[in-house]
Amino acid sequence: MNGERMTAIKNGVKIGVGSVMAPAGLDPLVIKGDFPILSRIINGHKLIYLDNAATTQKPSCVISALRNYYENQNANVHRGLHTLAEEATAAFEATRKKVAEFIGSVKPEEIIYTRNATEAINLVAYSWGRHNLKPQDRIVLTEMEHHANLVPWIVLAKETGAELKFIPIDGDGLLDLENIDRIISEDTKLVALTHMSNVLGTINPVAEIARIAHHNGALVLLDGAQSVPHLPVNIKEIDADFYAFSAHKMLGPTGIGILYGRESILQKMEPFLFGGEMISEVDFEKATWNVLPWKFEAGTPNIADAVAYGSALDYLTDLGMEAVRSHEMDLTAYALRKLSELDSIKIFGPMDSRLRGGAISFVDRQIHPHDLATFLDSRGIAIRAGHHCAQPLMRRLGVGSTARASFYIYNTFEEIDEFVGAIAEARRYFVNE
Amino acid sequence: MSEALDALYRDILMDHYRNPRGKRKLLNPEIHNHGENPLCGDELEMEIKIDGDRVADIYVSCAGCAVSVSSGSMLAEIIKGKSLAEVKRIARAVKAMLTGGEVIDEIELGDLEVLEGVKKFPVRVKCALLSWATLVNSLESYEHGLETKVSSTE
Ligand SMILES: Cc1ncc(COP(=O)(O)O)c(C=O)c1O
Repeated sequence: MNGERMTAIKNGVKIGVGSVMAPAGLDPLVIKGDFPILSRIINGHKLIYLDNAATTQKPSCVISALRNYYENQNANVHRGLHTLAEEATAAFEATRKKVAEFIGSVKPEEIIYTRNATEAINLVAYSWGRHNLKPQDRIVLTEMEHHANLVPWIVLAKETGAELKFIPIDGDGLLDLENIDRIISEDTKLVALTHMSNVLGTINPVAEIARIAHHNGALVLLDGAQSVPHLPVNIKEIDADFYAFSAHKMLGPTGIGILYGRESILQKMEPFLFGGEMISEVDFEKATWNVLPWKFEAGTPNIADAVAYGSALDYLTDLGMEAVRSHEMDLTAYALRKLSELDSIKIFGPMDSRLRGGAISFVDRQIHPHDLATFLDSRGIAIRAGHHCAQPLMRRLGVGSTARASFYIYNTFEEIDEFVGAIAEARRYFVNE
Repeated sequence: MSEALDALYRDILMDHYRNPRGKRKLLNPEIHNHGENPLCGDELEMEIKIDGDRVADIYVSCAGCAVSVSSGSMLAEIIKGKSLAEVKRIARAVKAMLTGGEVIDEIELGDLEVLEGVKKFPVRVKCALLSWATLVNSLESYEHGLETKVSSTE
């Protein structure tokens, strides 16, 4: 399986920059070969998958890990005294270690399995928020949050009497930090923001914001759903207290999410769900909680998907996240340039690819995003159209919905040419010019 | 050119999309309603002038895709001058056509039959239904003497 993954790395020339070796570039055409679904024909055309911010496709190694688990290792974890149970437990815990390594060598005890990023954020809102917030406390968010990092805080604020404040965005889709010292006040208990926007692509200065938050005694939760899949992330350098993301947006299966929590904070938190697995001792009247991370993992977890997620992490590690970022930055710069050449297109978010990831939201002046998405689909091109679970941001941008193309390791410059070409074709189809 | 695509964006539909009917604002309409499709952000404003038991005039303004705009335009065209009972029968028939529901009575839908192509695109059915849901909701409120409110396809 290792050989299969290794083929994806181009045996290109490594260019030395000082003593640091620049990562070898990715070869998306070789990578494509690892993704069976990418050879599908959709409406008579070869699939061009540009909806990676919603979910990514899965390489053969992940699919076969899933199958291998069920064919050879299936058992419940942490309780059996037989060989299969031991193997399943080892595979399940091995992924936890890989996740801990992947995001900057944190402790495996700080990694909690959830169903997805949304559940990870809800876990913090329930277990930490309900016990630590009181009226007049402040929760700071930004204007570019996904509903997953907005609705749990709206509900929590209502329940506890805490107030919500929002860091605004500027005309380029960057956070406007001008009044940050007034927004993050001494009353602020939590600053929760996205590391990278799923709509604007903006990569936020999270380390800087974390420093200001900590200075004011607040904790920091980062929504990493769009960042961990696309950027090298080091949680220790950022100094985040909580960090949430989903496996399915980074080549892994659906049904697995991750919450990183700082050990000292997790220790003091109450469990989220109650039942088996999360206890150390139960009497008829009382129970004591298990140690980290199992305290937060009540019931039989999603073992098979966690195990297969380990293969996704291996795949990305072999490619190297620097190389992933560099490939996507190139694609993004190219797509921004090509889209800008179409007069009818308005792009939201920063135009400098160094400040953003490869999720590009745009509208055509005449064609509604729905019609555009339907048209592109008839050419085998999958994009997203809608409000992207960020309705307040849509209102802030003054649109009901946008079209969004988002890239990943298997996308090519040629695909971007086809995508932009199909938009021009859609104009001939829909617009009388 | 893809057949399904052309079946969706038929000439008649595109004609309504490019030149929507019912674009004149009304004076003192009996019904003034607002519709929205929260999933995609489409919004619609509707005014109806009622004379006795007939729709004397209608204004529809839709900020949305080709399907929702043209459906609203066809609605304006077909219901103008019809009795409220007829309007409700047409609305029921359109809904049945789009959602595959039970057809209660056979009626001539005219231009509206082009909306059949939408059935192949399940996510777009709501777009086609936005104006009709707003209409039905408005008439119900009107007949019960209620203030009309925002109608939603959700
Ligand atoms: C920025 C951001 N946060 C959170 C989420 C929620 O992820 P999930 O649906 O996997 O919980 C998404 C997914 O769309 C996202 O883009």
